[in-house]
Amino acid sequence: MEYKDYYQILGIERDATADAIKQAYRKLARKYHPDVNKDKDAEARFKDIGEAYEVLKDPEKRSAYDRFGANWQNGEQFRPPPDWNAGGYEFRGSAPGDTQGFSDFFEALFGQTRGRGSYAGQSGQGFSMQGEDQQAAITISLEDAYHGAKQTLTLNRPEPDEQGRIFMRPQQLNLAIPKGIIAGQRIRLEGQGLPGHGGGAPGDLYLEIHFAPHHLFKAEKRTIHLQLPVTPWEAALGASITVPTLDGKVQLKIPPNSQNGRKLRLKGKGLSTQKTTGDQIVTLQVVLPEAQTEEQQAIYRSMAEKLAFNPRTDLGV
Amino acid sequence: MNEITSTYIQGIVLDEEDYCSFSDLCRVCGTSAEQIEEMIAEGIISPEGPNQAEWRFTLVSIHRVQTVARLHRDLRINMPGCALVLELLDELTTLRALKPGN
Repeated sequence: MEYKDYYQILGIERDATADAIKQAYRKLARKYHPDVNKDKDAEARFKDIGEAYEVLKDPEKRSAYDRFGANWQNGEQFRPPPDWNAGGYEFRGSAPGDTQGFSDFFEALFGQTRGRGSYAGQSGQGFSMQGEDQQAAITISLEDAYHGAKQTLTLNRPEPDEQGRIFMRPQQLNLAIPKGIIAGQRIRLEGQGLPGHGGGAPGDLYLEIHFAPHHLFKAEKRTIHLQLPVTPWEAALGASITVPTLDGKVQLKIPPNSQNGRKLRLKGKGLSTQKTTGDQIVTLQVVLPEAQTEEQQAIYRSMAEKLAFNPRTDLGV
Repeated sequence: MNEITSTYIQGIVLDEEDYCSFSDLCRVCGTSAEQIEEMIAEGIISPEGPNQAEWRFTLVSIHRVQTVARLHRDLRINMPGCALVLELLDELTTLRALKPGN
């Protein structure tokens, strides 16, 4: 297992006071709380910070930890000494805390993993605890969100060993993604979280949906946006143009005298569920052909003569 | 059709279209009725329905309640503080979505 430098994790000196430890913990906990910080490693950092604080806030645990000395480096391979726990320290079954998900290093030194939840057992019959909920993020394509899809995901899932200790191992999960799901929404999978203790029910798994970037479309809640390049004559005279949607190609009517930036709506071509319809918004992007030859320049000159047009009237010039 | 018969788990989307009862919200989130009532008083979630017996909550409320419970447990933030954090997080999400390149 890897050595954890709890002082380094909290960014404090080895002789830090209890108040300094608490301050460092609170500051970092606010910074890396996974509900506030959306960085990928925020959750892992938050757990490390919590684990470091769990040890360093407790004078007994801290003094036991300090016995290893200051020469160990964070991440260095480590094995607890054989006489560990023989020195008068007994942490197993100590005051309950939220230690689920702490590192092997912590588990080896300071006790077994415990579940967190409400005590549901009757007195005299032991107790059972519901397993903890688990959170994960998955990235899907806009096409899968539009149509719905079946996907096999690989997630780090909790698995108990013979001693009932929880380890995270990659596991496959077959998931049906419902049609019309949007970015930021969560899917609740009942009973797929951490296992319960003493016969308690398992927790739930919550999957937050992210969209992979798409080369054509951009999603804004249920609305799908597409920038559509058009020629000046298509914009001026009107046209029927083939445009891509998540549902395949459709014909879109461009009304005559459309300006650059005009938005046209394709009903129902956004992310729709049975109850709510999403649309696709097509934004026209008028693209000017270059005037390379004499003949092409003559066309622009003819436009300049025949179209009395000043696009800068609003500027007063 | 030789489709492989695997079981695909169909979860529940926490959206604003479907609803759960007061007791379901307490059970799923592992919170007490008093805590939920405090969140309602703070405007963190809003029930629909004429009286408490008929209250119903959009499923997205589950996520809000759980977030508040975690912020309260992990960072010791009180209820008005949690309400403020949620509002700021909502605003941050909206602004991030508007950022060019997203």
